[in-house]
Amino acid sequence: MLDAAILGAVLASVVAAATTLLLASLGELVAERAGTLNLGVEGMMIVGAAVGYATAYSTGSLLLGTLAAILAGVALSLVFAGLAVWLATNQVASGLATTILGLGLAGLIGSGFVGTRIDAAPALRVPGLTDLPVVGPVLFGQDAFVYASILLLIAVAYGLARTRAGLVLRAVGENHAAAHALGHPVRRIRTLAVMFGGACAGLAGAHLSLAYTPFWASDMTAGRGWIALALVVFSAWRPLWLLAGAYLFGAVSILQLHVQGFGLGIPSQLLSSLPYLATIAALVVISALKRGQGAPASLGVPFVPDR
Amino acid sequence: MRKILSLAVAVTAGLALAGIGQASAQEKLKAAWVYIGPVGDFGWTYQHDQGRKAVEAAFGDKVETTYVESVPEGPDAERVIEQLARAGNKIIFTTSFGYMEPTLKVAKRHPKVFFEHATGYKRDKNLATYNAKFHEGRYVLGQIAAKMSKTGTIGYIASFPIPEVISGINSLMLGAQSVNPDMKIKVVWVNSWFDPAKEADAGKALIDQGADVISQHTDSPAAMQAAEARGVKAFGQASDMITFGPKAQLTSIVDNWGPYYVERVKAAMDGTWKPTDTWAGMKDGEVVMAPYTNMPDDVKAMAQATQAKITSGELNPFKGPIYNQKGELVVKEGEVLADKDILSMNWYVKGIDDKVPGQ
Repeated sequence: MLDAAILGAVLASVVAAATTLLLASLGELVAERAGTLNLGVEGMMIVGAAVGYATAYSTGSLLLGTLAAILAGVALSLVFAGLAVWLATNQVASGLATTILGLGLAGLIGSGFVGTRIDAAPALRVPGLTDLPVVGPVLFGQDAFVYASILLLIAVAYGLARTRAGLVLRAVGENHAAAHALGHPVRRIRTLAVMFGGACAGLAGAHLSLAYTPFWASDMTAGRGWIALALVVFSAWRPLWLLAGAYLFGAVSILQLHVQGFGLGIPSQLLSSLPYLATIAALVVISALKRGQGAPASLGVPFVPDR
Repeated sequence: MRKILSLAVAVTAGLALAGIGQASAQEKLKAAWVYIGPVGDFGWTYQHDQGRKAVEAAFGDKVETTYVESVPEGPDAERVIEQLARAGNKIIFTTSFGYMEPTLKVAKRHPKVFFEHATGYKRDKNLATYNAKFHEGRYVLGQIAAKMSKTGTIGYIASFPIPEVISGINSLMLGAQSVNPDMKIKVVWVNSWFDPAKEADAGKALIDQGADVISQHTDSPAAMQAAEARGVKAFGQASDMITFGPKAQLTSIVDNWGPYYVERVKAAMDGTWKPTDTWAGMKDGEVVMAPYTNMPDDVKAMAQATQAKITSGELNPFKGPIYNQKGELVVKEGEVLADKDILSMNWYVKGIDDKVPGQ
């Protein structure tokens, strides 16, 4: 049923679909490892998509659009950080408010751009390599966001596990009182982690509105921010498992569409739910195999320094 | 979670509207719209909002319109509609199939408010229904697709298995078969009205599987873009999507709600409003075809001729003989399928490989 050219195209679609989720969830993973649960991912993503598109359309530059999307994600994450980190408000409520604010803002920013289009971010083409069967389009035919997501993943995995900054960040997430007692600026570190999360969510939004479906429409993130949040939980806060989760989710999302096209007679409603079921099942198994590695201990607990 | 959020937004918006309503002058007629998606979807909701703007343009200061967007179907919708009714709106349009029961419930509680439900079939003393015969346009699409396809396979991105979508697939297939009896159609259900990335994925999947003309029953231009990028043809939905597929778009079925909305708001003003059941199509200018592009002149001429025949009533897409998938004769030679049977359609015509979901 599948020849090499189609297999290559399908796998390339899988990678592209997983990239949005990977970008957004990587940022959230860092924020959560520092102890802040930011439910504003969906809002930061959609604002990134709107600002990214508006900037790219107005300036004609995809690079400026991408940068603007990242900055927009950071700006909205600062709203969250101001509430949750500095005013020590309830993180769940602050995150939800951030998402609602983001959805509204994005609709407002984007309202003048409905029905316009830009050229998609170009895919890499390496003569010879991109034309290889199957691996060519998957490895050498993607847009810059895909490669950025992999580089970011490596940087985050290495940074958290092997650097002093990563150690401090994890310490803040595990026991903020102890980290504070040791003289680490807990709130500043958390703010930086949340900003990193905002930047990644903004980048994920830009991937949608500049590369994946290069136009602007309200609600175009369609809940991907929530999926990204769920992936962080299921990955047990481990970057490499996050990669596995995002790609598994992307793969099942794309494959269920192909299964429908083949007309195997499986109910489409069941197929539509498969990405969620498969990802949950796989990550639950992974988590079960590695017992005792749960959430950062201070996750979601506001920190108020004692003087 | 997303539902809860939308609900929070919707209820907040509803409360805000209620507040505005009490403060404003009473002599203006207040009309409200409830939308399933964002007005910025460039599809279904966008076109309804164009209709709302047509009402504003037609009546100016005499009317005050409001809308609530992205309202989830079900109980959440009921709260929003209730709020709009309490806020003093004289006429309320609810524009998605899933708003049917909520609209009916609220209508019973507010006998002096006129309600209009799009795409439903339940009416009451103060509840009218309206819909458009999109399937008329899809028959034309089917004919064009059969002429333009080299692989003989049409791809169909479907949203939810409701009669409107099933009859759309059937009408497109009947149109295609009228040109080439061997045409095939691949149906992919995305179980969403609006999810651009998923719609694009569905389009790519269909193209990868050999479809070279893509038809969509979802609301964003994402599939059109996917078709443009892969060099195949596509039909737009709800709006003219030519900017998203300058080489890909063959035509687009455009929903033109303005005339209906103007007429109904006027009826509410005049006191001549009645709980009608309106199902308008090409003849009434409610189903409009975007310019026929990217096709040879003979195909264009055929499409125009078919459009003219449907407009004049000479041609009905559901004219017999029509067989179902089991090969049973459903509509006899010379007869046409009754409107109520099209509006409750849950079976496929012969030649469609897919299974109707849930059956």
